[in-house]
Amino acid sequence: MAVLQMQRMSICALKRDRKVILEKLQSMGVMEINHILEEDEDFHRMDTANARSSFEKAAAMADQALDILQYYAPVKQSMLSSLAGKELVDRDRYSSVVQKSDVLLKTARRIQALDKESAEKKAAILKIENSIESLKPWLSLGVPLNFEGTKHTVMIPGVMSGMLTRENVYEKLAEQTQELDVDIHIISAEQDTTYLTVLCLREMATEVEEALRSIGFARPSSVIGQVPADAKSDMEKEIEKAGERISEIEKEISDLAVNREGLKILSDYYRVRGEKYEVLGELPQSERTFLVSGYVPAGETAKVKKSLSGKFDCVVDVEELKEEEEAPVLLKNNKFSSGSEGIVEAFGLPGKGEIDPTTIMSFFYVFFFGMMLSDAAYGVILSVVCGILLLKFPRMGRGIKQNMQLFFWCGISTLFWGIMFGGYFGDAITIIARVFFGRDIVVPAIWFVPLDEPMKLLIYCMLFGVIHLFVGLGLKGYMYLKDKKYMDFFCDIVLWYMLLVGLLIMLLPSELFASIAQTAIVFPPAVNALGKWLAILGALGILLMSGRGRKNFGLRIALGAYDLYNISGWLSDVLSYSRLLALGLATGVIASVINQMGSMGGKSITGVIIFVIAFIIGHLFNMAINLLGAYVHTNRLQFVEFFGKFYEGGGRAFHPFKENTKYADIEEETK
Amino acid sequence: MNELGMVYALLGAAAAVFLSGTGSAKGVGIAGQAAAGVISEDPSKFAKVLIMQLLPGTQGLYGLIIGFVTLSKIGLLGGGAADISVKTGLMVLGACLPVGIVGLFSAISQGKTSAAAIGVVAKKPDQFGKAMLFPAMVETYAILALLISFLAVSAIQI
Repeated sequence: MAVLQMQRMSICALKRDRKVILEKLQSMGVMEINHILEEDEDFHRMDTANARSSFEKAAAMADQALDILQYYAPVKQSMLSSLAGKELVDRDRYSSVVQKSDVLLKTARRIQALDKESAEKKAAILKIENSIESLKPWLSLGVPLNFEGTKHTVMIPGVMSGMLTRENVYEKLAEQTQELDVDIHIISAEQDTTYLTVLCLREMATEVEEALRSIGFARPSSVIGQVPADAKSDMEKEIEKAGERISEIEKEISDLAVNREGLKILSDYYRVRGEKYEVLGELPQSERTFLVSGYVPAGETAKVKKSLSGKFDCVVDVEELKEEEEAPVLLKNNKFSSGSEGIVEAFGLPGKGEIDPTTIMSFFYVFFFGMMLSDAAYGVILSVVCGILLLKFPRMGRGIKQNMQLFFWCGISTLFWGIMFGGYFGDAITIIARVFFGRDIVVPAIWFVPLDEPMKLLIYCMLFGVIHLFVGLGLKGYMYLKDKKYMDFFCDIVLWYMLLVGLLIMLLPSELFASIAQTAIVFPPAVNALGKWLAILGALGILLMSGRGRKNFGLRIALGAYDLYNISGWLSDVLSYSRLLALGLATGVIASVINQMGSMGGKSITGVIIFVIAFIIGHLFNMAINLLGAYVHTNRLQFVEFFGKFYEGGGRAFHPFKENTKYADIEEETK
Repeated sequence: MNELGMVYALLGAAAAVFLSGTGSAKGVGIAGQAAAGVISEDPSKFAKVLIMQLLPGTQGLYGLIIGFVTLSKIGLLGGGAADISVKTGLMVLGACLPVGIVGLFSAISQGKTSAAAIGVVAKKPDQFGKAMLFPAMVETYAILALLISFLAVSAIQI
């Protein structure tokens, strides 16, 4: 209904109760800590940065361990599980986990270490596999690559580029030098490399190698002191061993998955403690006492006071906020309107001195949304889906819950407008009856069919728009009255109402309107005169009064004329409401395109199958795209046209000191 | 001569669809490139950027609506084709032009605006509501064109 009134609460207590009091405040979660006291010789702040970072590190470690567990022993999550929200954990379970936090932390460390070892093993396997790959060409060699040779001979292993045969090598060698006596063995040859060994007499070794080098022979880059085939089988054994270790690790981590719940609570525990220490670091503390101060919603102060003052030696002081202080904003609305708090938040929370527009906006929001979607069947689907999700996941997050509530009501409104305009999956009933049963059934619209009388609906859209805008202007007037700015109220609100109402009265009997509406409206002369005078007086008033802050008369009139020019703004604002008609038509026409396409198969079994498939896919698509359109354009009508008349936003949200958990909500103490 | 009237009318329906469809394809493409970039950094924003990407797609649908209404008006959908004079055919063609031409250009502009709005979502996901408003502003003019095309087509007597 409104922006909640905030009060400043200050608690001064003994240091020995510090921990308990802070925990109590945190678990109640109603106070936004905000200190006005500066440090002086008696009150000092404590440095808690170290403690805080160690808690945050512990929380991060638990999070990481959870991620690793999710990788090794995944828990299946359904698509809707993100809607389920955090689970509720009772205090007993919570404290039992906290008691064995040491063991759990050790587990988290163990999980991390195992994961690291597994990664190392995997890297090692990759490395060994590379070595095996480079060994492959030498496999048929029966001696190690660094074989010394016999008493009189030497073996020189090496590679040459190109796929060569023995003869090729001999030829090349002969080109270089004649009298060398060598024995060449090709070990293996590939597309562009040949692996070979050259045997020669020991005393000729240097010369031979020189000659070989000149024909492009090079020694292998890595040499293993083992017979290649043996080396390969050794390495394979090593890979096998590493693989076994990896599967052992996988098993061990999967076995540790039973700690998942505990780790979640542990992570939350450290996160909550970290936040407590953050607050602790801000508190001014003297030798024996400490001070906590912050904003508390006025309705909650008594509760906080009661829960503290009886049990501890402390002073709890509640005072109203000072004039210049900008309080954080917390909205409170009834069940119907609270759904659209998210929409207001998206634009900006009410700033200082502004009213909460949620309640009034929520009615228009639901009304316009229904008009844009305007199909009874889509409305039913939307409401039923949102309703089921709301019932099935009572603990879903606040933001999603609000949206679901909002769309539930929007669905009801869509159903209403669908019945008014006679849209049930577009013209599905008529088409089905005609194609498959050979009958003519038309579901009559309660009001009228927009496709047949678009001009009529256009006029109504403008009418709704004028009402919407007038309400916005009225709200601005209400804020002026609340602030006792009567002059502003008269000049900016009353004069505009006079001008606009006068212009409307003049427009209605005109020929232009008659040609659009196709009915002439005739007012009695007195009303016509009234309209004329209202418009003239309003316009004159605005011309004279808009620039009332200026002393210079010419400037004042110029400002008035400029303000009067805003009438074009009003015109475009009202025209903007034609989107209600356009989007409503879009839903209906695309739906009938789908129905028509589906029915092209005619009256046969294949025809029915085609129809069913086209119907399901087509209407899902149409509903999705028009839901998006209705959402976007309803937002626009609220943000630009409606809020533009009176609302600026710019407030700061209320962030209470509370147990900001990630995985589970901890039940509040009932004592 | 009478056959030519039908040709003009059909040309109108075609122009409404292909101009606005081309615009939407281009607009959605521009926004899609920006969206893909965001996903490569942060896949959790998929739903938000997808909505942004879809915004310039509506012009194509508006063209489709006018195309469909025109086709059923001139009797090409079910039932025999109506007898249309050259004058009426040209009127239908003219009525179809707003949604086609405005659709073409507004969808491209909206695509660019959507790409910028996707940039907002990438950096400040909580400002989704405001970011979405900028592309929606562009769309207003496509809606106005749709409205005039629709009113004009349904007002032509055949």
